[in-house]
Parts: sequence; C-alpha cells; structure tokens
Amino acid sequence: MNTATLSRWLSWGEWRAHWLQLLVALTAIAIGVAMAFSIHLINTAAFNEFSAASKSLSGQSDLQVHGRRGFFDERLYPQLAGHDGVLLVNPVLELDVIVPGKQQNRNDHRLKIIGIDMFRSMRIAPDLLGLPKEGKTLDRVAEDTVFLSPAAMEWLQVRQDDLLQLHAGLETVTLRVAGGLVRARAGQRIAVMDIGAMQWRFQQLGVLSRIELKLRDGVNHAAFKAQLTRELGDAFIVAEQADQEQRIANMSRAYRVNLNMLALVALFTGTFLVFSTQALSVVRRRQQFALLRVLGFTRRQLLRQVTAEGLVLGITGSLLGLALGYAAAVLSIQLLGGDLGTNFFPGVKPGIHLDPFMALLFLGVGVTVTLLGGIVPALEASRAKPALALRAGSEDTAMAKLSAPWFALACLATALAFTRLPPVFELPVFGYLAIALLLIGGITLMPHFTARVFARLLKHNPDNANAVSMLALARLAHMPNQSAIALGGILASFSLMVAMAIMVTSFRVSIDHWLSQVLPADLYIRTAVSGDQGGFQPDAQQLITALPGFERIDLFRTQSLTLNPQRPDITLFARPVDRADPRNTLPMTDDMLAPGTIPENAIPVWISEAIADLYGYRTGDRIRLPVGNASNEFLVAGVWRDYGRQFGAVQMLLSDYQALTGDLSVNTAAMWLRQGMAADQAIAALRQLPFGSALEISHSSEMRALSLEIFDRSFAVTYLLEIIAVVIGLLGVAASFSAQTLARVKEFGMLRHIGVLRRQILALLAAEGGLLTALGIALGFVLGWGISLILVFIVNPQSFHWTMQLHLPWSWLISIAVILLVSAALTALLSGRHAVSGQVTRAVREDW
Amino acid sequence: MQTKRNGNFIALILLLCSVLGLEALAESSRLKPATPDYRLTFPLDYGAHEDFRIEWWYITGWLETEDHKPLGFQVTFFRYATDLNHDNPSRFAAKHLIIAHLALSDPAVGQLMHRERTVREGFGFAYAKHGDTDVKLDDWTLMRRPDGHYQVEMQDDDFGLRLTLAPTQSVMLQDQSGFSRKGPKPGQASYYYSEPHLSVTGTVFRNGKPVAVTGRAWLDHEWSTAYLDPDADGWDWFGANLDDGSALMAFQIRAKQGGKVWAYAALRDASGNMTLFDPEQVDFTPVRTWRSPHTDAVYPVEMRTRTGDIEWHLVPLLDDQELDARQSTATVYWEGAVTLHRNGRPAGRGYLELTGYAKPLSLE
Repeated sequence: MNTATLSRWLSWGEWRAHWLQLLVALTAIAIGVAMAFSIHLINTAAFNEFSAASKSLSGQSDLQVHGRRGFFDERLYPQLAGHDGVLLVNPVLELDVIVPGKQQNRNDHRLKIIGIDMFRSMRIAPDLLGLPKEGKTLDRVAEDTVFLSPAAMEWLQVRQDDLLQLHAGLETVTLRVAGGLVRARAGQRIAVMDIGAMQWRFQQLGVLSRIELKLRDGVNHAAFKAQLTRELGDAFIVAEQADQEQRIANMSRAYRVNLNMLALVALFTGTFLVFSTQALSVVRRRQQFALLRVLGFTRRQLLRQVTAEGLVLGITGSLLGLALGYAAAVLSIQLLGGDLGTNFFPGVKPGIHLDPFMALLFLGVGVTVTLLGGIVPALEASRAKPALALRAGSEDTAMAKLSAPWFALACLATALAFTRLPPVFELPVFGYLAIALLLIGGITLMPHFTARVFARLLKHNPDNANAVSMLALARLAHMPNQSAIALGGILASFSLMVAMAIMVTSFRVSIDHWLSQVLPADLYIRTAVSGDQGGFQPDAQQLITALPGFERIDLFRTQSLTLNPQRPDITLFARPVDRADPRNTLPMTDDMLAPGTIPENAIPVWISEAIADLYGYRTGDRIRLPVGNASNEFLVAGVWRDYGRQFGAVQMLLSDYQALTGDLSVNTAAMWLRQGMAADQAIAALRQLPFGSALEISHSSEMRALSLEIFDRSFAVTYLLEIIAVVIGLLGVAASFSAQTLARVKEFGMLRHIGVLRRQILALLAAEGGLLTALGIALGFVLGWGISLILVFIVNPQSFHWTMQLHLPWSWLISIAVILLVSAALTALLSGRHAVSGQVTRAVREDW
Repeated sequence: MQTKRNGNFIALILLLCSVLGLEALAESSRLKPATPDYRLTFPLDYGAHEDFRIEWWYITGWLETEDHKPLGFQVTFFRYATDLNHDNPSRFAAKHLIIAHLALSDPAVGQLMHRERTVREGFGFAYAKHGDTDVKLDDWTLMRRPDGHYQVEMQDDDFGLRLTLAPTQSVMLQDQSGFSRKGPKPGQASYYYSEPHLSVTGTVFRNGKPVAVTGRAWLDHEWSTAYLDPDADGWDWFGANLDDGSALMAFQIRAKQGGKVWAYAALRDASGNMTLFDPEQVDFTPVRTWRSPHTDAVYPVEMRTRTGDIEWHLVPLLDDQELDARQSTATVYWEGAVTLHRNGRPAGRGYLELTGYAKPLSLE
C-alpha cells in the first residue's frame, strides 16, 4: 500500500465519520469568503459605474475650468477659446432641477439638466448628443426642447413628444421631450438641453457651470494648467480629469472603505470559525496521529496529510464561497441597487464585473486561513511525544499551547496603543486594526478566563449541592481549552454584533437629537432650482414675510463652494445666527469661542466638524473663503456638528453675506407658526402666493421622519451581516459540541456505569453549554463595548468627520443575549442526545 | 470622425433646402420669400441677408501647382436661420448657424478630401456680416476686401488653403437680374449672382506642406427662404469658366417621377452679353456612370448638356469626388471638378454638382 492510498483512506475515514463537522467547516469557509467577496463586488461595481457615469458627462476633455462658487460669467468662454494651446472649448451649464411630484424622496428628487452647445460638445462629449425625431434635427437647438436618458424617461414616465414640467425659481417651465440620449449609461438619469435655451428658460442668463478644454497636441498639460490657474486667479479652479476622478473617489471613499472593512470583519469571523473547526478536528485526531507516528509515519508525512486535507477543504469551501458571493452580489444589486439601499450612488445601475485577479485573491485568503487552522495544531501534534499523545485526555494540553496568555495580552496592549494613532490617508486604518487585535486577544484569552472563572465558582460551590452542576463546573474549570476555542466563533460574532448595535444606536440617537436642533421651525419652504441665484428675490421675500400667522421667519441662502478641486464641494449657509451665543441657533460642539468674545470687526463663520478635519481649520483661525467678489477673511468662531454633509459646511450671518456679495436672494425660509395657527392653514396661505405652486413646502416632523427612515435603510445591510455572523457562530457551537460529545462517549459511558441517569447527562451537557455561553456573552459584551468605543470615537470621526455620544440599546442587547444563551444550550443538548443514545457497555469497552 | 459628426448638420441643411423643399419651411412669418421686384445693389448684397432662411457663398475652381499638376477646390459658407429663439436674450441663443465646407480634389490622392464644420452664430466665433461678404467660422474665414478681392483662409488638421481671388469680370446676375426661378410656381425662387473668372493665387496645404498655386474660380452667392418644388428629387448643376472668357452656368431640377421640374442655363461671353435659356432648351444626358464603392450610389459623372443649339461634354477630373456623410446621416452627393468639351475640343473648366443619387436620400 503506497502513501497516497493511505492518505486518501485517512481523509475519507475522517470525513465520513465526522461529516457534520466537515459540512460546518465548508459552510463556514464558504460564507466567510462569500460575504467578503460579494461586498467587494458590489462596491467595485457601484463605484466604477458611478465614476464612469460622471466621466461620460465630461467626455474626453483635458482640462475643466470651474468657478469656486458654482457659476461664473460666460465671458470667460471666448477668452479661453482664444487662448494659445487650446484646440476645443466646450461651455456647459449644469443644474440639478427639482422635479415636481418627486419631492417625497428627499435624497432623490432632482433631475440633472446639462446645457450644451451641441456644435462644441460633440467633439468633446459626444455621448450627450440627443437623438431627435426624423426630420427634426433643429430640435437640438430649439428653445423648448429637452432630451432625456432612458432612465430619466422611465423615472419621469414620459416619452418622446410628451411635455415635461419643471420648476425654475418661482416659475414653471414646460419643455417638450424631443428625444433620447441613447448613449447615456444604464440607470444614469440626465437631461440635455441647448445651452442658450437653458440659460433663458432657467433664468441663468450670462452664466456657465464649467468650461471643458481640449488642448492642442504637444501642449504640456501640467504647464498649461499651472499657467491658466495663474491667469484666471482665485475665483477659478482649473482641474484635470485626474482631479475629477480623485474628487469622485473622495466622495465615496469613506463609505466604500467602511463597507469593505465590514466585509473583512465578516471574513474574519468566518476565518475564526474555520480555524477553530480545523484546529479542533486535528486536536481530536492527536491519538490517531501519534499512532501513525509509532507505526512509522514521519513528521513530514503527517504534516502533508493535514495540509492536503486543508487544501481540499479550503479550495472547495472558497470556490463555493466565490460562487455564493457572486450570486449574492447580483441579487443585492437587483434588489437594493449598487449602494445597497443607502442612496449613496443615486440612480446608478451597475453590472457586476468579475475580476479574475480579485477572485483569486479571495480564494487565496480562504485557502490560507483554512490551512493555517490545520497546520498550527498539526505542527504541535507532530512534535509531541507519541507515547504521551497516545494517552486519552491529552488534547487539552495541546490546546493550551495554542492560546498562550502572553500573546493575548500583547494583542490587547497593541490594540490599546493603536487607538491613540491618527488616521492614515484619512482612513481609520489603526482603528480597524485595533478592533481586530481586540477580538484576537479577547478570544485567545478566553480559555484562561474560563478556567479561572469556573475554578473559582467550583471552589465557592456549596458541597455536593448538585452533582450535575458540580460535574459541569469541574469539566469547565479543568478542561477549558476545547470548549473555549469552540466558543471563539460565537464570541467574535456576538461582540461584533454588540459593537455595531451600540454604534448604530449612538448614531441614531445623536442624529435624532441633532435633527430637532437643526430643524427648529415648523415649516420649511424652498424654491425648485439650485442655480447661482437663490430662488426668492427680495420682492418674493417681502410677500413671504408679510404673511400673517407666523411668529418668526428666518431666511437662508445656501450655496456650494469649491475650496479644493480634488474634494467635493462644501456647502455655505448664510442665515441669521445668534452672534453672541451660536448655541441658540446651531448644534455647536464644545469647541467654540466663548460667548460674546467675537471682535466687532471680524466676520465670524462657524464650521462643521468635517471642515475642521478635512481642511485643518481651528477655532480662532483667520481663514479665506471665496465669498464675495474677492476672497475675504473670516474668523472661525466655532465648530458645529453636522451629520448631513460629510464633505463639510460653513455657516455665516446672512447680513454679512449680503454685505459682501450684494446677493439679496435666498433659497429657503424657515417658518415658526404662531400659537393657534394650524400647519394646513399656513400651507394653504403659502399656496395662495403668486408663486405658491412652485414652492416646495416641508413639515419639520416629516423631514425628521424621512431622515431617520433613510438612516435605518442605510444600516439594513449592517444588520443583515450581523445576523449572518451570529448564525455562523451558532453553527460553530453546534459543530464543536457535537464533536466533543462524540469524543466524550467514553466519559458518558463511564458516568452511566456509576449510576448517572441519561437525563442527568443531558442536563450536564446543557449546563456546560449554557454556562460557557453565558460566560462567552459576558466577555463578548465587554469586548463589543470596547469595539463600539473604537467605532464611535475613532472610526466614525476619522472616516465621516462627525462625532456622536454613546448610547447603549439595553433591551435589544439583553434579548439577543437571551436568545443566544437558549440556542447555545439547546444546541449542546441536541448534539448530546446523539452521544448518549448508544449502548453503554459498548461505549465503555471502546476505551479499553 | 469629428468632422463626420459635423457633417450631420450640413447634410441636414442641404437636404432641407434641396430635397425636402418648402412645405415645412415656408410657414415662417418672420422670414421673407424671394420676389421678382427686388433690385440687387452692391456692395450691400455681397453681405448677408438675415431675413432669409438660407444663404450661401460657394466658390469652386481649378488650381495648378508649380509643377503643373491640376487640383480642384470647393469652399462653401452657409448661413442658416433656425427661425427659433427669437425672443431668447441669451448670447448662446441659436438664431443663425454658420456651416462651412472645404473640399480638395487631387488626382494624386484619387478621392475627395473634405471637412465640414457647423457652429452657432455668437460670441464673435462665427458670423455672416451685413454690408459686404464677411463670413467667419472659428478660424475659417471668407472676406471681400473693398477692392473686390476675396480672401479665403481654411485650415484643418491635414489640409487647407489660403487663397486670394481677384475679379476679372463684372458680377453676373442670374436669370431675371438676380431673381432666379427654381420651379414653375412663383415662390420657388432665390436671389442669385455669380462672379466667374476669378483669378486665384495662394497656397494649398497638404499634409501640412504648403504648395503655391494659381488658377481660376467661380463664386456663387445665393439666398432664399424656400425654392424647391416638393416634387423635386435632386439636381444637376454646373458652372464653368470657358477658355474664351465666357461663363456658363446650367442646372436642372429632376422630378421624382422622372423628367425635370425646372431647368435653366445662362451663357455670358467675354464682352458681357448674356444668353438665357428656357427650361425646355436645357437638357442633361448621362454619358457614363460611376458606381461609388463607398455608398453604392450611381452617379452620371460624365454628362452631355445641351443649351439651345450648343452641346457641352462634361468630363470629371476624377471619378471619386463623392462627399460621403453617410455614417452620421444618410446624405451623400457628388461635387467635382470637370472639364468642358465643345465639338470634341476642350472649351473650359468648371464644377459639377449631383445631388439625390444616393438612396435613400431622405432624412435619417
């Protein structure tokens, strides 16, 4: 008989005898790999599609010129066209217009309209050329036509030749759908109009959003960009395609990285489970291996045997996982969209693209982890003296070596140190590493902890109070390793679940609190277009403020500003703020100038936490912002909390804004109802205004409810991942308990011989399972709480630039703990039934 | 690639004003029709006429390089009133489009080289000015100087030209003192004058290399709001500078069911005496056809044309002078340098235009 045959026999024998364990191990590997892989696939697909869609809008231009304040004078267009080195110039006006009747979804009620000069754009961005009806080519330059992408037509439920009504400021614009944009990307919702018609109809005469340039061959892009930047001065930004890509990447990076990290956590949980299953299976076979050694098997042969088994298991499981992950990705994109329901990439319909390299990488990770799980205990087994290893009960000592306390303590110490470190490339890398180390350390410490706790309990147990509990405690106190390692999976998943629950609750409570602070008024009204001018001109403002029935009306002017072309735009709010004490108006953090200490001559601004993090501004700094004709100097008077705008927002006094810019228009009015005035009555009065039908009126209560709904939807995927993690954990418990009880058949036979009832043995098993799980839950809770601290105070501020207060969801945590406890005890019991069902005598005979 | 997309629009315009005819276009109350009572006055009528739908300055000619190789060239600037955006105050408002067309026929290349561009009027990038010929489309320009000389400058990536055209004869008013009928109905007409026998000097660029050239050219300036009969299928047209100093122009508008809707010819001798020919005195007879390998269209590239008692034999400089904009629209036509023979002897040189032969010649 050659070694190959022997090796095959050994594996087959093992797998046939322990098929349940094999199945669990395979499932664990598959699910771990599948979760990580599917999230990776979805993220990549959504991001690629999002950036491809953004790119198709700007076509093949070399450079883009933007104004820092969104819109700029069109006279720049002829100036750039006459510039040396410029081959093509493409002027663009772009507006996100609110679509009447779509307001119910606040994150998703705007139609992007792009105004182009087709004769210029078709050489730079040919995808934006509309396809009119036969013989109606002039529709492309007509004053009342619009071309819609297929997704936009579907969304607006219009077809060619239908009329489309949109709001521009306080007026209604009716456009004819002249045709489609056949080259728009799937899911991309855009409209294209003639630039001249758009300037006129949407009241943007004389302004442009950007100018795209194509340079002559041989012109050095970097040098040209530098020169143009110098020539155009402060008010303009010259950006390359690469900047644009950077900007898009920056927009979604925190989101993507965090989701990827979540996937890695899933993989980690899976990994731990695989590791523990593999380790247990090898340890269980210690005697078998010792016997083989005695019979002449070399160490190397032994290792090869374990490696081969691990490879087969790892490859099968990982392949299964890849397939499962791919299917899950396709399914979730269909059901939830590319952003998993978070509206992060609105309107994007990505197709999953399978990158063979990434698939191989994930396969590699799955197989490596499986192999490690087997090889570490196998190494130990091959080094052990066969004579000792042959004896029953030596497994626990073998396990002990796998969980050295100094290693656990080192992990925990490092984790603690990592929490003090700053972000890397604006990502909380060390925060995540700290979480991983905390988990590893906690799990490795588990056996020692178990032994200590149960030994103490045993000592304090009143003499012989209950034989069953005595037996359970004795076993747990003296043989902690096997049980503890089995619990690793559930410990990992439970602590992650606790951590996520605490984080999400803290976030939700903070947001709820914040919403009530930022939406103090009863009603908010705004106009439909977001152009350069706020929709309410002074005459309209007068009409609004003259309305009876309101106690107070605040006017807001909001605008986007570009501070850095590689970063997404920030939002500027100009509104009445209590200058003496901004806490009366804004959700301030503690970081602010003392009330009443702002110098008379300074123009104060209050920056959001994101601005402070991203641009490095501090309270008391003097900063320059592109507000007004020149960029002016402002005093940072404090930092406020903003969950709404990840990329940053700045607040200033409306009066300062109007003095600096001369722009008297506003976008939004916040209105407080007078006592006794019903909201419906007030809305009716607003609708009676000459421009009433074009108003977007929202109740602050509805806005709050909607925001929280969106919040909950964003975290739906997180909950799903948690549940999967816990299920894997439970599977692990089932597998290890059944393995252990099978291994303990002899012990049970012995117990039965000395008079212990079958019922009592089952109770013993349930007690063991319950006690162990209870301890696991307690430890998991502590670990999870620690991780949640890292998530709340490190990961969130570092990736999203907002802080929150800690809130614990007690009732939820307790119910999950109880469910877990009961299921673990039941699992132990069920796997035990099998073990005690055999013939007592045979079980005992087997040992000798 | 880019120019082909541009071709989209010029092709449309050509179609609009040639095949499609009037119905859709004649309804504007803002645009004027051509009427017989108008007297052309110069230099005013050298300039643009914005009250009319379509207007073109069209120059064709034969050139000779220093080493006596023949070249044909065609330069056209169109002004097209969209009849849209009348009240739009935007500087981008598309009220007039400027379309330009450059073609070079070089027997050494074997086929037509051509470029088309379209731009809206505005921002000083493109215009057709009032008062005298002054048309611009980005860096392509056509201008008439006060001394009557025309200056053309058109450069593209790989070819272009810079020419000066000096008049040697007076302006040739077509048909009824410049009121040119295009069909049996009174509204089917345009204003039309030609400047034959322009003496050309300048430079042609091929692959970026300049070549000095001299030659003879023909200029047409025509404007109207609508002139083609809805029954028209296409047209055959040519203009030629004859060796004895006379100038000949003839066209026929073919009917869809065969035969002709209208025809016209004018022969002006060197001393300025005009002979006009009625529709029934003008006949076009194909002698040899050429099947385009690009479009499969069949063109009568060699023709016999009878004007009264005289028979002219038209022989193309090269067969493949087809203008193919089919990738963007369905529009294809033939526009090429030809030599004229009379009684078997060379009599002059000109340009022949054949439209409506490539099927389908309907809008995309």
